[in-house]
Amino acid sequence: MLNHCRVLDLTDDKGFLCGKTLADLGADVIKIERPGGDPSRKIGGFWKDVPDPEKSLYWFAYNSNKRGITLNIESEEGREVFIKLVRTADFVIESFPPGYMDELGLGYSKLSEINKGIIMASITPFGTEEPYRDYKDSDIVVMGMSGTLYQTGESDGPPVHISMPQACLHAGLDAAVGVMMAYHYREMTGEGQHVDVSMQQSAAWFQANAVPTWELNRKNLKRSGAFRAGMSRQVGQRQVWPCKDGYLFFNVIGGRTGAKSLSALVEWMEADGGATDFLRNMDWDNFDMFTVTKEEMDRISGPVGEFFLRHTSKELLAGAVPRGVSIGPLSSMGDLLNDECLKERGFWKEIEHPELGASITYPTEFVKSSEVDCSTRFRAPLIGEHNEEIYNEIGLSGQDLIKLKQSGTI
Amino acid sequence: MEMNKREGVFSGLTILAFCWAVVGPLTMKFFADHGATVIRVETSKRPCTMRSSAPYKDNVPNYNKGGYFNYYNSNILSLSLNMQLPEAREIAKRLAVECDVFMENYTPGNMEKWGLSYEELKKLRPEIIMMRQSGYGSWGPYKNLPAFGMVLVPIAGLPNFIGWPGKEPLPVGVSAYTDCISPRFATAALIAALDYRKKTGKGQLLDLSQFEAAIYFLSPAVLDYDINGREPERIGNSSPYAAPHGVYPCQGDDRWCTIAVSDDEEWASLCREMGRPEYAEDPRFNTLASRKQNEDELNRLIGEWTVGLTAEDVMERLQAAGVPAGVVKNAADMYNDPQLRKRNIYWPMEHSEMGMFTHLGQSFQLSKTPSKAYSPSPLLGEHTEYICTKLLGMPDEEFIDLMQKGVFE
Repeated sequence: MLNHCRVLDLTDDKGFLCGKTLADLGADVIKIERPGGDPSRKIGGFWKDVPDPEKSLYWFAYNSNKRGITLNIESEEGREVFIKLVRTADFVIESFPPGYMDELGLGYSKLSEINKGIIMASITPFGTEEPYRDYKDSDIVVMGMSGTLYQTGESDGPPVHISMPQACLHAGLDAAVGVMMAYHYREMTGEGQHVDVSMQQSAAWFQANAVPTWELNRKNLKRSGAFRAGMSRQVGQRQVWPCKDGYLFFNVIGGRTGAKSLSALVEWMEADGGATDFLRNMDWDNFDMFTVTKEEMDRISGPVGEFFLRHTSKELLAGAVPRGVSIGPLSSMGDLLNDECLKERGFWKEIEHPELGASITYPTEFVKSSEVDCSTRFRAPLIGEHNEEIYNEIGLSGQDLIKLKQSGTI
Repeated sequence: MEMNKREGVFSGLTILAFCWAVVGPLTMKFFADHGATVIRVETSKRPCTMRSSAPYKDNVPNYNKGGYFNYYNSNILSLSLNMQLPEAREIAKRLAVECDVFMENYTPGNMEKWGLSYEELKKLRPEIIMMRQSGYGSWGPYKNLPAFGMVLVPIAGLPNFIGWPGKEPLPVGVSAYTDCISPRFATAALIAALDYRKKTGKGQLLDLSQFEAAIYFLSPAVLDYDINGREPERIGNSSPYAAPHGVYPCQGDDRWCTIAVSDDEEWASLCREMGRPEYAEDPRFNTLASRKQNEDELNRLIGEWTVGLTAEDVMERLQAAGVPAGVVKNAADMYNDPQLRKRNIYWPMEHSEMGMFTHLGQSFQLSKTPSKAYSPSPLLGEHTEYICTKLLGMPDEEFIDLMQKGVFE
């Protein structure tokens, strides 16, 4: 859909997902790395566990569908080349420390003088305001500052971090949404603008009901292990249940969603050796999680928990699908690659990596369009892979490239 | 009622939305907060599950007084339609065809049942854009499996990354965590689809599976399994790339800080702040490898230092020394966070049933067309009359007649 758009992607791992999203939607995304390659290429895992900047699976995953060049924008010559690129571009996305692009003379106001329609997104850990503007980040620090960390973990232990970095993904996606909005505006007015994304704010955006619970009840929702806090006056809502061979996530909830799912579950238990009278006689349409008593909850959880324990997660998923019971078995990565639904929807795609003499399985796409292919089409760029191709496109000669190479600019 | 004039990127754009729970409102808000007129269809027959979720104003369950619902629905208009009735389905169809975008995130089958499938709508308006955002996609083996964030988190594999070695996997504390993933993908794709229609005249169906969007989010882990056969392991708060890296106790009740040291320079700075400069040279701790090897001892020593300080103190001192560190913020801290407040993430507005109530704002800032708080979250059906008589131009008599038939319940 965006194949008439060009994106200059200066981000490191704080912003990969922005360019990736735009590339999947069809934009020509040019990943710009410093000569020698982006330090994010050191993030593992690696192809066959060999640490090598050309073998980072993390890099592969979020940079497919992008072309790649090297350029030192800190040098005078490099900046000149960058400005040439900006004249041909629609979007510039970057994740340098606050103020870095301004210091180089490449901030939004400067770039907009060169190209009035340019849209620029800056992803920073905390934004460009005080007090946190210059604070140093790490995912665990940002996730702690944005609320999710405090609420995750055992009730009697310390907060527990999601070990795969998350704040950068929320921020990268927000940058993609932001530049698309700015693009929509530009197509009406001809004017670009600046999109300011903070990882803290992006990660803080969804905190379930924690903030209103504080405002209305002056109560901090605390982490509660396998349970979910804040949904009921008297009881915790169990989320994680052991099953025969692993774990299953299931919530007893009220409302229409809960009523359908729970009555179907009770019928299933009945057919599978018997539900209790209490469960059979429950009026699920009027079940209210907020007011349920501990005794009632125990009489639900007891037999339901036993039922789950008698079955494997595969049996439970297979039984839940035709009955419409909302459960979530914990998937391993292997389970995902073999999942029946993902397979049938064509969610996995083999992408060739000729240098490795192999192909790797990637998620095909985040959305299916009836009109346009939004899939992962080609692997992430090698370091400087498209230097010649792209620099030729903007009118640099072979001689120019040799000079730029000699001066260490590309 | 008169509507406030809406400005911004999407001024003049109208969206019909059968969108519910959290995925729906977060998607709608991206548009509504930037000026679109977003009409959300609801019914008192089966109110949105968020309308019956805690917390409540005055602690009493009430569809219009839910803090969970009202936090996420500002700027959205509520049209109440009882879709069991053919007249209601006709109104929905009329709006679907007249609006610029039709979006929904119900379990597949509902739109088909109401004659609002893409195929049906396309017959009435060939260039319609429809965004579907169900749990597992609008077609495929799991299409009838009801889903919400709490079960999508595990089925997408996320709890494999949360918990202690040898212990059970944990949910994300913000339970329906995946709810904030697909709305962002959906919005980026929808804006691209609007542009595509402007340039080609063609509409389209966008089918987004929340399950797939969540896996896509975590894709490096799938590649690692595909290539190296490695399943993620629960590693508590440690990191292969940093030590110390963790959560440490601080002064006060349930107060914690984070510290993440990824190189020897940061380590030396931390040692100085701890008043133990000698640790920087200590063979147990002088390289990342040795710190990883003696991580339990390292964490114990740091914890002994942090526990005598407030989390704010640790953060400010270490940040001033160039060491990544922060407060582990609870909801009260989030509510009062000076940075987030400066960045306008909260929108306090007077709500007729809630009183002054903080609504969620936006997650990023646009320099020329900022997001804005136009109206508080709607009461159920609050804008029904406005939408029918003003937007659709329905004569008053017809509106009253339909109301008496229960169409707007």
